Amino acid sequence: MQGIQMDLVSEDRLAKMPPVEKIRFIIDEVKSGKILVLEKGLTPEEEATLIEMTMTQIQPDDFAGIEMESYPSQPDGSLIGKLFKKNVVRTRLTVIGPANKLKTLKKDRDMISALVSNK
Amino acid sequence: MGVIRSFKKNFSNFFKKLFNKKNARIGIYGPPNAGKTTLANRIVRDWTGDAMGSVSHIAHETRRARRREGVTIQSNGGSISLDIIDTPGLATKIDFHEFMEQGMNEAESKRRAKEATEGVIEAVKWLENLDGVILVMDATEDPYTQVNVTVIGNMEARSLPLLIVANKVDLPESSPSTIREAFPQHPMVAISALEGKNIETFYDEIAKRFG
Repeated sequence: MQGIQMDLVSEDRLAKMPPVEKIRFIIDEVKSGKILVLEKGLTPEEEATLIEMTMTQIQPDDFAGIEMESYPSQPDGSLIGKLFKKNVVRTRLTVIGPANKLKTLKKDRDMISALVSNK
Repeated sequence: MGVIRSFKKNFSNFFKKLFNKKNARIGIYGPPNAGKTTLANRIVRDWTGDAMGSVSHIAHETRRARRREGVTIQSNGGSISLDIIDTPGLATKIDFHEFMEQGMNEAESKRRAKEATEGVIEAVKWLENLDGVILVMDATEDPYTQVNVTVIGNMEARSLPLLIVANKVDLPESSPSTIREAFPQHPMVAISALEGKNIETFYDEIAKRFG
């Protein structure tokens, strides 16, 4: 059966990984053609690192980069977060895929519409 | 002229209060073709009479970060100095075919694509070394891009001041209110960097935000 593999990655799966390993995992999976949906999403710093590392992987006629979409992160309003950490943000779902297979159709604060193509 | 001189004084005072140091680094960020270099040129020209870089309709024209150090603003007998960093457009993908569609041959397109990837890396690295960011958005485009979300998220995480600029309001299809509604937690000013429309309000908003 032909198709595109979409992996729904739990928060627990990524939480076990150090940051570098997490980014490496994402890039390797996306370069192999998969589309990832991350339950928790990435922090803004991780997103920036992912963009940076993606740029090092781009090859003409092979890999043109990624399509990544996430909802804007939100401040952590919990009491524990306020007491013990500064500037904690609550990350939300992130969708990442190869740029040639995933295209964002529409996005707003709480909705992402994407087109997945096998062409 | 008096109004402009007075305005420049206020602007420099506010920056001085904000950073309380010399050479505060202000990064100009945004997606390709949002008008970053046009805005950087206008800022530098307003204060030094100079310019920073060339402007083009082709995406990723700015492929290296350009830093203009010591943009000195005189005020009340004193002066402050800013470093303005015009960064390459941030992107998550770069396809050399898009350069070919602009009329370049394949070899040139691939070379520009490679340079563009290096420019994005440089722009991301600069994010960690700034005192504040001016995020330029094209007011004719959908503001909910990942680039915008990522830059705003990084500034919030670092508790750094951010000013959103809705650029290109000289175009009839522009909709700065869409940007304001998308990111209501941050100040926004609608301008045309190309025509200079609302540019004094832009400086005033910088002062309010950073002052």
